[in-house]
Amino acid sequence: MATELDALYQEIILDHYKNPHHKGLRAPFEAEVHHVNPTCGDEVTLRVHLSDGVVEDVSYDALGCSISQASASVMTDLVIGKPVGQAMDIHEEFLTLMQGKGAVEPDEETLEDGIAFAGVAKFPARVKCALLSWMAWKDATAQALETTGGKV
Amino acid sequence: MTQLPGMLPDLDIIRKDFPILARSVAGGQPLVYLDSANTSQKPQVVIDTMVDHLERHNANIARAMHTLGAESTEAFEAARDKVATFIGAPEREGVVFTKNITEALNLLSNTFAWAEGDLRVGPGDEVLITEMEHHSNIVPWQLLTERTGATLRWFGLTDDGRLDLSNIDDLINERTKVVSLTWVSNMLGTVNPVREIADKAHAVGAVVVVDAAQAVPQLPVDVIASGADFLGFTGHKTVGPTGIGVLWGRPELLNALPPFHGGGEMIETVTMERSTYAKAPHRFEAGTPPIVEAVGLGAAVEYLGHLGMDAVHAHEQAVTAYALEGLASVKGVTVLGPLDAASRGGAISFELDGVHPHDVAQVLDSRGIAIRAGHHCAKPAHARFGVQASSRMSSYLYTTPSEIDAFVEGLEYTRSYFKLS
Repeated sequence: MATELDALYQEIILDHYKNPHHKGLRAPFEAEVHHVNPTCGDEVTLRVHLSDGVVEDVSYDALGCSISQASASVMTDLVIGKPVGQAMDIHEEFLTLMQGKGAVEPDEETLEDGIAFAGVAKFPARVKCALLSWMAWKDATAQALETTGGKV
Repeated sequence: MTQLPGMLPDLDIIRKDFPILARSVAGGQPLVYLDSANTSQKPQVVIDTMVDHLERHNANIARAMHTLGAESTEAFEAARDKVATFIGAPEREGVVFTKNITEALNLLSNTFAWAEGDLRVGPGDEVLITEMEHHSNIVPWQLLTERTGATLRWFGLTDDGRLDLSNIDDLINERTKVVSLTWVSNMLGTVNPVREIADKAHAVGAVVVVDAAQAVPQLPVDVIASGADFLGFTGHKTVGPTGIGVLWGRPELLNALPPFHGGGEMIETVTMERSTYAKAPHRFEAGTPPIVEAVGLGAAVEYLGHLGMDAVHAHEQAVTAYALEGLASVKGVTVLGPLDAASRGGAISFELDGVHPHDVAQVLDSRGIAIRAGHHCAKPAHARFGVQASSRMSSYLYTTPSEIDAFVEGLEYTRSYFKLS
């Protein structure tokens, strides 16, 4: 059905897919991770740069579908410039939205363009696409915190 | 219905054998199932045979001394006979029931490490595969060669998706112990020259293992004529149920291999110190097997036999040629693999420029059209062509030209949905 399809492919998602934000790998960074979605082959290489407890930069190189690419773009918008704790809270909120099977009402204040992914939650096969870059970011951030002994 | 030369006659009647094809999906649209290389749909006779077995004949096999036990055993062993007939196996003892072809290939790759004598794979030996294999015909051989100190080698691919045989005399040499290759590629569709490669392999004393997962559903298969020493396929791609596969092997070779799994029904006698083992096929069928699944597979190959595999193959070729034509008409489509239907099977992987395969599959699904997107468990073959993922449509004996039309229209709609010019 076109309507359900439109719920999945919101204009915001297609915009981010065509013009991804913060794409490309940059230095400096404290951690780099490579995550794959083994069932479909989507891949992301992602770097995190933390400074004074703030997510200073997230840079990435990714291959995959519109949902996974747009999600990476939106994720960088949401976490760059935020204190690590607040960025982790946003991550949790996005995760809750994605795992809510379409029943969770997203908060635009926190998730901004991320609310466009509410429709994805109704397509179980695509949830992992939307979460790939978030999981990579969480992993890289944990590693960055570890290498710096929690001091950033 | 559009008629194509070579199509199965009475296709509308054949389609009625498959109840799922009458389903509607995606808000009342007719199902267009183009994912048969992934798993095929099941005719009513397979479903009914399995239900009947469960309702009337259910008992364990080969050990129950009662009426139901005898009936169940007879049905299970009759399925073995049907499979043997279907693939041209001269002796029923060569037909081993496994869980699927993955288990069949792992059975071989493990027992080759444990074998004594000619079949043993050890340090200095070479195992030869190809770059177009499904992961299930790559990983077991990687495990075998890593564990035994043997060397894994492979045929590369040409740009048009065929095996590169230019270095065959280097690849097949006196160190080669096993050559394992797919008959029909699940990704590129390529039909490989199995017999030619088998003859070369036999000349140096190697054994030949054939992954026939995509071949048995589509081609008339004669295991002896193929040149294979071992050949595997899976039930669920062959209009049968999941949970059942077949490993055919020349009986003298099967009997030269040690057991894979130990357990009930694979023994001659057991003492606390040691056991002796049954001959093939029971040597490799430890424990209670998937009885009703085997019975279902028997009904499945009988059904295909009634249609005639020459007729099924001709239908597949006709529909594949029609699909290749349709794909060629869509702007931005690149087909991976051979472009002539005669040298390929019914699975066609392709790229649509500007739209990721997941998104292609998603848009088609919204129109009731089922295809597969991803790497199709053939990552090395994708890497060979510099492709991370692809879309794949795969037809079968029940596919109609109008379904191909719907698929091609769906691709045009996908292009417009993603605003491609």
